[in-house]
Amino acid sequence: MKMLRTLWLTLILAVVAACGGADEAAGPPNTLERGISSDPETLDQHRSRSIQAADVIRDLGEGLVGYSATGELIPAAAQSWEVSEDGLKYTFHLRDGLRWSNGDALTASHFVAGMRRLVDPSTAAFYAEMLGDLENAAGITSGEIPVSMLGVAAPDERTVVLRLVQQTPYLVSLMTHPSTFPIHPGSIAEHGDSFARPGKLVSNGAYRLEAWVPGSVISLRRNEYYWNNAGTAIDAVNYHVIVQDSAELNRYRAGELHTTSTVPPDSFAQVREEYGEQLHVAPYLGVYYYGYNLTRPPFKDNAPLRQALSMAVDREQLALRVTGRGEAPAYSWVPGGVNNYEPPLSSFAALSKEEREQVARRLYKEAGYSAENPLKIEVRYNTNDTNKKIAVAIQSMWREVLGVEATLINEEFQVLLANMRDAEITQVFRSSWMGDYNDAHTFLSVLQSGSATNMPRYENEEFDALMALAADQVDPEQRKLYLEEAERVMLADYPLIPIYFFVSKHLVSPQIEGWGDNVLDYHYSQQLSFKAVQ
Amino acid sequence: MLRYTVLRILGAIPTLLLVIALAFLMVHAAPGGPFDDERALPADVEANIAAAYHLDEPLPQQFLRYMSGLLQGDLGPSYRYRDYTVGELIGTAFPYSLKLGAMAMALALLLGVSAGTVAALRQGTALDKVVMGFSMTGISIPVFVIAPVLVLFLAVKLQWLPAGWSSATGMSRYLLPVITLALPQIAYIARLTRASMIDVLGRDFIRTAHAQGLGTATVVRVHALKPAMLPVLSYMGPAIAAILTGSVVVEEIFGIPGLGQFFVRGALNRDYTLVLGIVVFYASLIVLLNLLVDILYGAIDPRVRYR
Repeated sequence: MKMLRTLWLTLILAVVAACGGADEAAGPPNTLERGISSDPETLDQHRSRSIQAADVIRDLGEGLVGYSATGELIPAAAQSWEVSEDGLKYTFHLRDGLRWSNGDALTASHFVAGMRRLVDPSTAAFYAEMLGDLENAAGITSGEIPVSMLGVAAPDERTVVLRLVQQTPYLVSLMTHPSTFPIHPGSIAEHGDSFARPGKLVSNGAYRLEAWVPGSVISLRRNEYYWNNAGTAIDAVNYHVIVQDSAELNRYRAGELHTTSTVPPDSFAQVREEYGEQLHVAPYLGVYYYGYNLTRPPFKDNAPLRQALSMAVDREQLALRVTGRGEAPAYSWVPGGVNNYEPPLSSFAALSKEEREQVARRLYKEAGYSAENPLKIEVRYNTNDTNKKIAVAIQSMWREVLGVEATLINEEFQVLLANMRDAEITQVFRSSWMGDYNDAHTFLSVLQSGSATNMPRYENEEFDALMALAADQVDPEQRKLYLEEAERVMLADYPLIPIYFFVSKHLVSPQIEGWGDNVLDYHYSQQLSFKAVQ
Repeated sequence: MLRYTVLRILGAIPTLLLVIALAFLMVHAAPGGPFDDERALPADVEANIAAAYHLDEPLPQQFLRYMSGLLQGDLGPSYRYRDYTVGELIGTAFPYSLKLGAMAMALALLLGVSAGTVAALRQGTALDKVVMGFSMTGISIPVFVIAPVLVLFLAVKLQWLPAGWSSATGMSRYLLPVITLALPQIAYIARLTRASMIDVLGRDFIRTAHAQGLGTATVVRVHALKPAMLPVLSYMGPAIAAILTGSVVVEEIFGIPGLGQFFVRGALNRDYTLVLGIVVFYASLIVLLNLLVDILYGAIDPRVRYR
């Protein structure tokens, strides 16, 4: 029985050992607690690509330009800028006395170094294409031209000049994206690619990185050297990594979070009732869609069939009853609310439900299908409750209106992605697209021939030609018309079924001031503050 | 003894190799790759990334690269956590998982054995029924149900304990996860102890002990507890396994930065090196523990050595 005693002893020792050990200290009283749905891959602005990484990096770093809480472009590191008459040269003027979080001076050459690192093939940056319109960018990324040839220069310490090969009216908004933020050359020289780790990262934004426990929490502290330090109210920010949305809601309920990254679909109605104005729902630059595989039958060269299936989907029902979180039914590919753009709507948007179904049935018949010879297709979606509900609803809409026999196949996300990319066994697949910047181009360019993100494999010369015309256009009004025409041409081909436009959903504590809803769903911590205690 | 130990260690190597090779093949056979996303990458960019992580090499070459790294104790870089190596992630995560598991195990034994003993002594009374009713419930409710219910009452309604690990410091943040993880084990151990204790209490030597005039407490403590513990001891193996798998769920719900969470996320993200690293780590741990047990047996029972 010695073993039993040993066992007890071991356990007691284990507990004693477990109780010891230093724990991280809590932040200052003025600490903002935010929920985030996953860890950033890295806080290196060039080797990250997730929305979560960008959210944290926007607190740590700062670009030439930024956004206000309500989504308007505002000066950031640059206090002003001008564009040449041909639209191919942008000159940014930095603020005086900019500093890094370690006190080093921040100069224009650091922005140049950042952009060069972005397109450098050895960085292998996900967003290398972000600056694809800069002179020589494409050749540099494919390894044919040296990095120093990139069309960006620092003629003096406070001026950054960008030279483009074509009109890019949204260029200024690209300067808000983390991938265009400056880098601290000393850190790269000293630490190489691991410069973004806690203890090493030198940042130029309102906050600096204090600690990061992967899988748990990222802690930021005020950057005393930030040019607008006086205008920053909150001293410290903790991003709590919470994968399960229901767990996040519980932590908000328990008073442990001031802002959440989302609201669980199943609890949405209850949350709205319970929290009223603390719930923020706003249109978001993203579209949820079903794509057709256009490289294989039955959808290849079969626009009537594609149209019939699209028309038989009752988007109002889906947005109202299935998702029910304020999503807008989608009759276009580009969401509303995009800068300088009026999305054209599908031809059937104006018809009533009965009229749509009538036309859909006629088209279905014309495509050669009937009750005796129904269309049999497979619909693939990645495993997730909302996706499943939508798939089941669409399956029954197709069956009721047209008699289509759709088989639902749920796949793990990575499996679905692999299948979409191979375009061999897919017929109809679920996907979504989130805009990277506030311009119709971020949506329409997806469907250009040969684009890596063109999952349906849509190809239309007229569409491509209109996109090219828009790219060459200096006049914003004319460019808008070309882009809208391109979308109209594309929608008439029915390469996919836009289903709804996403909304952002957050709970924001009544203690917090300065939160603004915007289509980009950016919420800089430096713009928030705690309400004064009465 | 030494020879036996050395032989056993050598014998473990092929097992480990096999585990690593199988795991390597399995993670690479799963469709999709670590850098796939709805936002597919342009060909140039994708080629640059594949080259940076040697994913463009043929699989056998990647395997050799991995093995040669492993021999030097290098588990490689994580694909998902690009600033960290797999070794670092395991090194920081394992202590959290160990702490959680050890505390849950200790709590389970302490409460389970006590409750079981009390129930056995008061067999058939209301107290016995309450304890057994509670333990039946504990066994039947899965961890992913217990956790939110506990959070709802103890963290949200009463606000006694933090709902998330990162929202507090010190021991309070471990309480809910440990209770969640321990509850089913408490229940199971209580039932085991009760049954075994009832059996032991009916034996002759207990009657003899009572006849000697010893009080119930002494009889239980000195004479009955030890033999009654045998089934509980042999349940330790399955209990540890249950706590390991349960910790995957608990770590995710409470946001504890432990190994279980990394394992699941790693598999979903196709973080090949992280998944492999954790498999290698756990496999080595299990082989090592088995080895220790075998060596201990060898020390206790001389016949084992000559087998």
